[in-house]
This record gives sequence, C-alpha cells and structure tokens, in this order.
Amino acid sequence: MLAELSDHVMDIAMNSVRAGARNISIAIIAQRDKGTLSVSIGDDGIGMDEETLRKVSDPFYSTKAGKTVGLGVSLLKGAAEICEGEFQMRSVPGQGTEVEAVFPIDHPDVPPLGNVKDTFLLLCVTNPEVRFSFRFSADGKDFEMDTKQVNDILGGLSISHPEVVTFLSNYLEEHL
Amino acid sequence: MNLEELKAIREKAQKDIQLRQKEGRIKIIVGMGTSGIASGARGVLKAFVEEIAARNLVDVMVTQTGEKGLASQEPLIEVVEEGKPTVIYGNMNPEKAKRVVAEHIVSGNPVLDYVIETT
Repeated sequence: MLAELSDHVMDIAMNSVRAGARNISIAIIAQRDKGTLSVSIGDDGIGMDEETLRKVSDPFYSTKAGKTVGLGVSLLKGAAEICEGEFQMRSVPGQGTEVEAVFPIDHPDVPPLGNVKDTFLLLCVTNPEVRFSFRFSADGKDFEMDTKQVNDILGGLSISHPEVVTFLSNYLEEHL
Repeated sequence: MNLEELKAIREKAQKDIQLRQKEGRIKIIVGMGTSGIASGARGVLKAFVEEIAARNLVDVMVTQTGEKGLASQEPLIEVVEEGKPTVIYGNMNPEKAKRVVAEHIVSGNPVLDYVIETT
C-alpha cells in the first residue's frame, strides 16, 4: 500500500507528531558489511502502555478517535517481515516511542528508498514546532541535519518561511 | 551550500516587519494519514509547499493532519482562513494544488470544481 520507504517514514513520523512529540529522530542507515538497511524513528511523544503497544501493529486497531483502521505501523512491520527482516517497537508511556525496521539489503522485496529528500523537507517545514534530527547513510552518502541548528541560525524566523523552504530544498538536493 | 547561508535570509526577512506580522493569514492543511499518503498526498503537500515558496507567500502556512474520515476522496486538503468558511478539497493532485494556490489562495476564489465541502 505504501510503495516506498520514504512514505513509511513520513507516515510513522506523522504518528509521532500526532502523539505530541517535540523531538523526533529519523535514521536511514545502510550497512553493507552487515547486509542491512535499517529505518528507525524515535520520538518523545505520549508513548503507549504495553497493551496498546501489543495492539498497534494489528491493522484493524487505531489509537485515533473515531477511526478503526490503523495501518501505518502494520504496513512497515509487514514490509520488513515479507523480506525476512526484523521489526521492533518500544514505547514508554509519557516518554516516547521508537520504531525500527531492519531489511536484508539485497532482498528483492525491499521497498525502494524513494524520495528521502522530500520526506525530510516536508516533515520539517510543515511541522515547525517539532525538532527533527535526520541521519541518512546509504548509496555512498552520509548526511546529518538537526533542525535545532537551522532554527538557531534563523533566530526566530520560521523554518517554513518561503525563502527558507527554497534554501533547504536546494541544500537537501545537494547533500542527499 | 552551508546552513550558515541562512543568516542572509534571516537578515533580509527581518527587515520586512510588515510581512512578518501577517504570517499565517491562511492555513492549508493536507491530510497525511496512511491512506492519504497511499493516495498521493505527499506529492500534493510538496506541490503546495513549493508553490507557496515560489510565490513567496509569507502569510500562508502549509501543515499536515491525519485521516479525515473521507478516504474515498483522498488526497484531501482544507483551506482555513479567518472570517471565511473552511473549504475542503478532495481528490487532489499536484496540478490541482497549483490551481488552488493561484485561484483560491492568491485571488480569493475557491476552485469549485474540486470543493467537496465547506464548513
């Protein structure tokens, strides 16, 4: 249903935003020596108790009011498991949640990365109140960005200001 | 390119106090739940972000929300403007997003072809 890993990242990170996170870290790391591609998203949102955590990878469960289908987590879990990869989710109420999917890098069913640049850009400029730290290490590229550094330089100017958006789009294009 | 280059943008923008006071006059909210993303909402969100940036519309904020409960009409967006009815557009794509910016956001005329609800 979600064709690219960058879509999964967007989806899970938006769960974090809706869980009230103020700090979200995203890492996409390929390790050729280990033969793995890992995707992890960690947040400091409201977290979940053990029962909710157990239910959340059920595609027919959702924490959202009035909504009975919560597909996002189960789709990423399914994508990892279909490739004989691993999926882990840890959460502590009041502290946050971590989601990690590890794919065998050469498995034919590993979804393509997709447009990671767009995912990073759209997350940070449409959620200016959230601090995002991004790490990407794959395809011969090694990139890190923390929106705290960006906001410190901007000194009160919004990260969603049009000229900042254009700058960051070009910056990510150059580095990713 | 270096992030320190953002300082020049900050200094230029801070000179224009009048524009900064108008930040957030219009809010465009894109439904980015799982089904929205699966229906192409990321491309729609990108089109809005790029179009608003290209037109330097400092008083328009683009943001995201979850599922709106109208999965058959996704991607969905809302245009929220103070003192005016909220307009919900459905079955959006990047081309339609650009038209909404040109006609609704810039000229103040909602694109009736794509409206599914006003509240």
